[in-house]
Amino acid sequence: MIIALSPENRSGLLSPPGLLLAALGGLALQAPFLSLAANRIVAGEGFNAWELTEASLAIPGLLAVVAGLLLGLPSRWHWLRLSGAVLGLAGLMWLLSSGASALLADAGDYARVSPGAGFWCLLVVLCLLMADALAQLSPGPASRLTLLLLMLLALACLLYSGMLSQLSILQEYASRQDALVSAAWQHLGLTLGSLTAATLVGLPLGICLYRRASLRKAILPILSFLQTIPSLAMFGIMIPLLSGFVSIVPAAGHIGIAGVGFAPAFLALLLYSLLPVTGNVVAGLQSTPAAAIEAARAMGMSARQRLFRVELRLGLPMILTGLRVALVQTIGLAVIAGLIGGGGFGTFVFQGLNQTATDLILLGALPTVALALSAAVAMDVVIESSRTPGQGRHD
Amino acid sequence: MRVAAVLRSTLAIVLLVLVMKPHWFAWAFAPFAPEGGPVIYERATLWSLAVSHLALVVLASAAATLVAVTMAILVTRPAGRAFLPLSRTITNMGQTFPPVAVLALAVPALGFGAGPTLVALFLYGLLPIFENAITGLTTLPSATMEAARGIGMSRWQRLLRVELPLAFPIILTGIRLSVVIALGTATIGSTVAASTLGEVIIAGLLTNNTAFVLQGGLLVGLFAVLIYDSLLQLEQYLGRQTGRPAAG
Repeated sequence: MIIALSPENRSGLLSPPGLLLAALGGLALQAPFLSLAANRIVAGEGFNAWELTEASLAIPGLLAVVAGLLLGLPSRWHWLRLSGAVLGLAGLMWLLSSGASALLADAGDYARVSPGAGFWCLLVVLCLLMADALAQLSPGPASRLTLLLLMLLALACLLYSGMLSQLSILQEYASRQDALVSAAWQHLGLTLGSLTAATLVGLPLGICLYRRASLRKAILPILSFLQTIPSLAMFGIMIPLLSGFVSIVPAAGHIGIAGVGFAPAFLALLLYSLLPVTGNVVAGLQSTPAAAIEAARAMGMSARQRLFRVELRLGLPMILTGLRVALVQTIGLAVIAGLIGGGGFGTFVFQGLNQTATDLILLGALPTVALALSAAVAMDVVIESSRTPGQGRHD
Repeated sequence: MRVAAVLRSTLAIVLLVLVMKPHWFAWAFAPFAPEGGPVIYERATLWSLAVSHLALVVLASAAATLVAVTMAILVTRPAGRAFLPLSRTITNMGQTFPPVAVLALAVPALGFGAGPTLVALFLYGLLPIFENAITGLTTLPSATMEAARGIGMSRWQRLLRVELPLAFPIILTGIRLSVVIALGTATIGSTVAASTLGEVIIAGLLTNNTAFVLQGGLLVGLFAVLIYDSLLQLEQYLGRQTGRPAAG
């Protein structure tokens, strides 16, 4: 749905969100930017952005952040506001990199530097500024995809360049690189595997439910109740179910199915994905305009031809929306697999929570968030480009 | 309809007995317990865990509803319209954040215990309510709004007597989604030392006691299903009252 811009929105030289964000950014600059701890265990001491390093290094970064926040102020020229946000983020990274090296230079061998509240708040504020500018520019699918790729590329360059290697989270990463990479593969495997399985089940099931109203009324509520069961409970209930299954059918055990680990996680994720996938297949098929079906029938198309060439084609954006919901949800839920030995980023999160090691928690949580966000943006682009000409947005 | 009612009351009674008198079910869980190990969770009574679990959810959801509806009202007024695109982006992107990640990220900032759980539940709970409140408040039938203006209602009267009542079923859908997510996230909250029913499941996983895992899982699952169902019933009832069917 599109909201018409009210006249108030066009008048006024300054953008209210820009003002709010600049004020919040100003406040965030007062908070500790980095924290220095003597070792991995003790609590750190906070340092403000301007007391990190010598003036010649700190000032360019500070200027870039402040200029970025100020560029966000105008109510027009959203490209300028967008570049302001990018400039601010670059300044933030500069401060992080130069500040971390400067703090560590005078500290002991075991000293650790980690970003403080000030850094995280500024990061959020600048990302919101970017989001506001982008929402106003409303770029098309192609430019959004390009933007996503550019941001991921910039992030990758930043991480590979070693500019941030002094930070404690990256030191933690350096010592656990192999484990994290295999966790990433497990996470992707769990997510994509269960989603593929859910699609293989959900697509035919959706078509079947679309054709039979009585079945639809019985099955869809069951699927939505499955969705309601809290993830930890669902993962938990899968364990006795699967071990019972393996004890009845020993052959299942030989192919690697067991009560704990990958199998229960996979099954639980599959069950969670069934509702968004199946429900949206039904909704997508139901949304086919009667005129289109009528025209297809008049052209002499058989029921099968109508299904594949008309109903599924026109319902595609809705079906893909179901896949998007399932994908984003599964990426998040797969974290719980870490609790039942199913692997993935959750292993790091829960290990970190057990040891009160913030860096470990972040090492598991940040890639999960990044993965979910990228998947959402990418799927939105796919959904938008799947719309046939003349087909409006459904939301 | 009658089948549903019988099922509903049976499940509610099972849940109640499971919470108050778990030992009555010891025979059912015994085959899953390790040999000689405890069958029913004893470190805390199940009902005290259930109470603190529900208290967390109710507190967080009530606060989230209050804040989210207020913010939705603000951004749908002429003065706050400039914040509408930004708030849409925040709700869209914010909901892609996994609830577990929000919980995990709250710990470094707030330490362990009920605090970070409450904050994570509150923050995450805001989004579905805010999104639905905005939808409810921006899709009001224009004829009704025109009529309200025509009979001389002031802005406040329109908001309180027309807009909010008409938007309420849709807002309630958001509250339902948010409560369901909160119930699930509160379960995981036991990994950050909040005392919730998740404790039973976690204890079962740590000691390989499937009986614990099963009773914890059943309790949480039954609570979620029954709460979801009653909110859904309420929504459908209100939807019939206001003539705006609730979205499934």
